Amino acid sequence: MNRTDGWIAGLCAALLMVAPLLLNAYWVDVLNSVGLYALLALGLNLILGEAGLFNMGHAAFYAMGAYTAAILNTRYQIPILWTLPLSGLVAGLFALAVARPVVHLRGDYLLIVTIGVGEIVRIALVNDVFGITGGANGIFGISRPNFFGFVIRQPQQFFYLIWGFVGLTIFLFLRLKQSRFGRALNYLREDAVAAEGSGINTAYYKLAAFGLGAFWAGMAGCLFAAKMTIISPESFSFWESVVLFMIVILGGAGSIPGVLLAAFLVIGLPELFREFSSARMLVFGLVMMVMMVVRPQGLLSARGRRFG
Amino acid sequence: MQATRRSFSFGLKFDNLVEEFLQQLTNGLAVGGIYALIALGYTMVYGVLKLINFAHGDLFTYGAYLGLTLLTSLALTDRLGFALGVLVLVLMVMGLVAVLGAILERAAYRPLRESPRLSAVVSALGASIFLQNTLMLIYGARFQVYPDGVLPTATLDLFGFYIPLMRVLIVLASVLMMIALYLFIQKTRIGAAIRAAAIDQGAARLMGIDVNRVILLVFLVGPALGGAAGLMIGLYYGQINFTMGWIYGMKAFTAAILGGIGNIPGAMVGGLLLGVIEAMGAAYLSIAWKDAIAFCVLILILMVRPTGLLGERVADKV
Repeated sequence: MNRTDGWIAGLCAALLMVAPLLLNAYWVDVLNSVGLYALLALGLNLILGEAGLFNMGHAAFYAMGAYTAAILNTRYQIPILWTLPLSGLVAGLFALAVARPVVHLRGDYLLIVTIGVGEIVRIALVNDVFGITGGANGIFGISRPNFFGFVIRQPQQFFYLIWGFVGLTIFLFLRLKQSRFGRALNYLREDAVAAEGSGINTAYYKLAAFGLGAFWAGMAGCLFAAKMTIISPESFSFWESVVLFMIVILGGAGSIPGVLLAAFLVIGLPELFREFSSARMLVFGLVMMVMMVVRPQGLLSARGRRFG
Repeated sequence: MQATRRSFSFGLKFDNLVEEFLQQLTNGLAVGGIYALIALGYTMVYGVLKLINFAHGDLFTYGAYLGLTLLTSLALTDRLGFALGVLVLVLMVMGLVAVLGAILERAAYRPLRESPRLSAVVSALGASIFLQNTLMLIYGARFQVYPDGVLPTATLDLFGFYIPLMRVLIVLASVLMMIALYLFIQKTRIGAAIRAAAIDQGAARLMGIDVNRVILLVFLVGPALGGAAGLMIGLYYGQINFTMGWIYGMKAFTAAILGGIGNIPGAMVGGLLLGVIEAMGAAYLSIAWKDAIAFCVLILILMVRPTGLLGERVADKV
């Protein structure tokens, strides 16, 4: 990160900090959605962007986290924020379990399998599996987050919770990117055979990427459940996975600023053009096709690593 | 007296079981034939380009919608009678969807032929989203219904079991198309060119085969079959929706994998097999989990035998 990047990042952070004071509740809520999608996309970026594993079932991990939080909260009255690590853990373990047998598949086949996993999870939720997911109606009556006696209910308050978490995530993931672990993932993406030849345990790193990305999706799911207080299978459809995939690809696979920018563009921008909202997906489809020809590396592509 | 009555009731129950089983089997075969027709499009494109054409399912949907529009606006069955009317309708839909397929190839895939795999996959997904939402903007998001009274509601008496005529027609039509395609690929010079391009594009080029034309041809034939399949779904279920392409596409893709991707007889076998598995699963296991059955088959086959029943290796052995 050079000096101009630092200034830009600082300016964006400062703007975001004061945004809830200037905007009305509706727009703050839009920013909250952007924040949640940014969290999810940052997690997916580890899998898809850094490790190059085509995962189009990210909504399944998101759902796992949200349902874990909702069930623990409504059945056992565990405060919702306490379920945050558990939601992540359940989603992460689930990801490890499903990814283990299929992670060696070639790119586009992995994509198809992850779509399948996402659909199976959604169908299981709709069918009220084990009698705990509430079927098509989902789960309602999830309690508000309670922060040492301070109950979070306004969008403005959620804003700081969600974006604080996004900030923490950015810091951690930037550190991760610089680490031996991050370099191993990039090597894997560029050339799995060479990586294996250089002593990188590819199966281990692929699974680790899946587990960690899903862990983050699970925690995002917990925050989502806390924000909405109602969750249902519709929130975790195939299209959520597609939108997340799109955010990572459009922003620039492996680029954290790119993913954040794309989260704003894909989730926030359509709110500005609400009268054309039915054409939203049409435009996205077109943009995906054009981008792959014109700028396949994404809007803010990941820069090569510099040493020294 | 007591004994005969018992045996009689047992016989009736047995008859019901057989009846139920036969109904499910023929239903599975009809849907399976439709899966197989779609799967052929996936498998042909994969054979030549090694690319999963994610927009193929949406071309299938276009077949269903175009069929509906032509059926209602031209009133072909009224003018030409049922058999000829439907035949003309099928040919028109196939032709139109084939043109769409060629445009898709030109716009979304040809510019990316030398690009990395991910780019082509993303472009294909973009094309799929674009096609679906175009359809939604034109027709609206609601289910569209094929008109009543156009289709024969007659049933066929098969050894005392009554099978809807439409079902039989669909199985026959799809099998006929598959045989025609198989002969085309195996027996004609153009078919030989397609096979050659699938084995080795470079070598095929050296032998004087215009690979670009082969690819174009594949994108004409595959979507034509997919479009016909879309029309059949419309005629069979009577209800179509703009998003149905992706679920049928996924199932047809599963069928292609099940049979062995890149392998034309494999797609036929896989399609019919998947249709029957799904119908049986829905009838005897759980109807609510019907859509999950195909995905479970997909995951299992990729875990256990990724080459499919008769096909190519898909996993990296690293």
